[in-house]
Amino acid sequence: MDSKKGIIFTGAVIGILAVILVRFGNPVNMGICIACFIRDTTGALGLHRAEVVQYIRPEIIGIVLGAFLMAFTKKEFDVRGGSSPFVRFILGFVVMIGALMFLGCPLRMVLRLGGGDLNALFGLAGFAAGIIVGIIFLKSGFSLKRTYKLSKLEGYLFPMLNVGLFVLLLAAPVFIFFSTKGPGAGHAPVWIALAAGLIVGVLVQRTRLCMVGGIRDAILFKDTYLILGFISIIIFASLGNLYFSFYKLGFTGQSVAHVDGLWNFLGMALAGWGSVLLGGCPLRQLILAAEGNVDSVITILGMSAGAAFAHNFSLAASAQGPSPNGKIAVLIGFALLLLIAYFNLEKDVKATVRGGVKIGAN
Amino acid sequence: MAQIDTRGMSCPQPVLMTKKALEVNSNEVTVLVDSKTAKLNVERYLNLTGYTINTVELDGDANTFEISARK
Repeated sequence: MDSKKGIIFTGAVIGILAVILVRFGNPVNMGICIACFIRDTTGALGLHRAEVVQYIRPEIIGIVLGAFLMAFTKKEFDVRGGSSPFVRFILGFVVMIGALMFLGCPLRMVLRLGGGDLNALFGLAGFAAGIIVGIIFLKSGFSLKRTYKLSKLEGYLFPMLNVGLFVLLLAAPVFIFFSTKGPGAGHAPVWIALAAGLIVGVLVQRTRLCMVGGIRDAILFKDTYLILGFISIIIFASLGNLYFSFYKLGFTGQSVAHVDGLWNFLGMALAGWGSVLLGGCPLRQLILAAEGNVDSVITILGMSAGAAFAHNFSLAASAQGPSPNGKIAVLIGFALLLLIAYFNLEKDVKATVRGGVKIGAN
Repeated sequence: MAQIDTRGMSCPQPVLMTKKALEVNSNEVTVLVDSKTAKLNVERYLNLTGYTINTVELDGDANTFEISARK
């Protein structure tokens, strides 16, 4: 599954599964959205009280458990951490602020394009711009430093947490919040959503599909492997949406979207830049977290905290457009990324350790 | 010959470090990686840029590989 066919197949499956999830009840163009679904889960736990976006999303749980089982059977489960953990937390937070300005993670941006939502073109332009800024810092020696081996238990905790969330979803105790209206109330049946998540988790773990990696590698290394998956999702989601008559070309009246082009651009620019610094989009962070990468677990906790703040402080945009608080938050996000990117530049990148040959940067 | 150690580095740094090493000495390089993802990424980059590669899995440490490349 490391071939081009594998990644195109994975993109096709994600594009079609996303439409099927919409067919079974998820909001339109939101078959799968990592940022939205982490936000919904955060809300279900009561960490924010936006009543329209609270639900424990089984897709997330499925993706994590599918990737975990796959990594485990392929002996790729490897517990590591310690690569700038708090910086990663902040980056996860900022990526979420950007995603909730645009109303979707990079994966949902692609699905929105596949549904004919032209507002996502501004998002795509911003996403690419953010990635290019991130690449400039990567080329200048940006690094979040090495990871270190940790105890096995630390790696098992995140999949276990997801099993716990699934139990809470099924048991639905009174302290868990489930939306009765709004996007949070729109969801496919639990077992269908879980199964879709498991399939996505397995395939993405094998192929390393990543939205930010697609554009990044194409620019940085002229490597088109990952971007094939990105394009495949757009094509197959479009076909699926046309088949089920969900396809709607245009700017206005799109599902869970607003028409402010500038802030769609800036929101995704923030998410793109932050994701490059993290080394992967929110989907990829979920997969890495499931493979035992504790830094990615911290990143997801940062995203969850970002989602809670976004709704508690009215930072998230809505179908009516961005909020004034949200605009300020996005600008603060850019300032934070600049600080983090600048102060993690390594002036003298020693690429070598053995053989006494030193290779400096530049 | 340049030998670079990318163990513990996250994506896309193993490839970036390989690229930088090849800018200094474009004839050959040996890259140490400690994840399948880094292995695949480095191998793909070296293939794309026309190198002949030879990868060996190092004993005792799962998912640690030494990739040797030459023009």
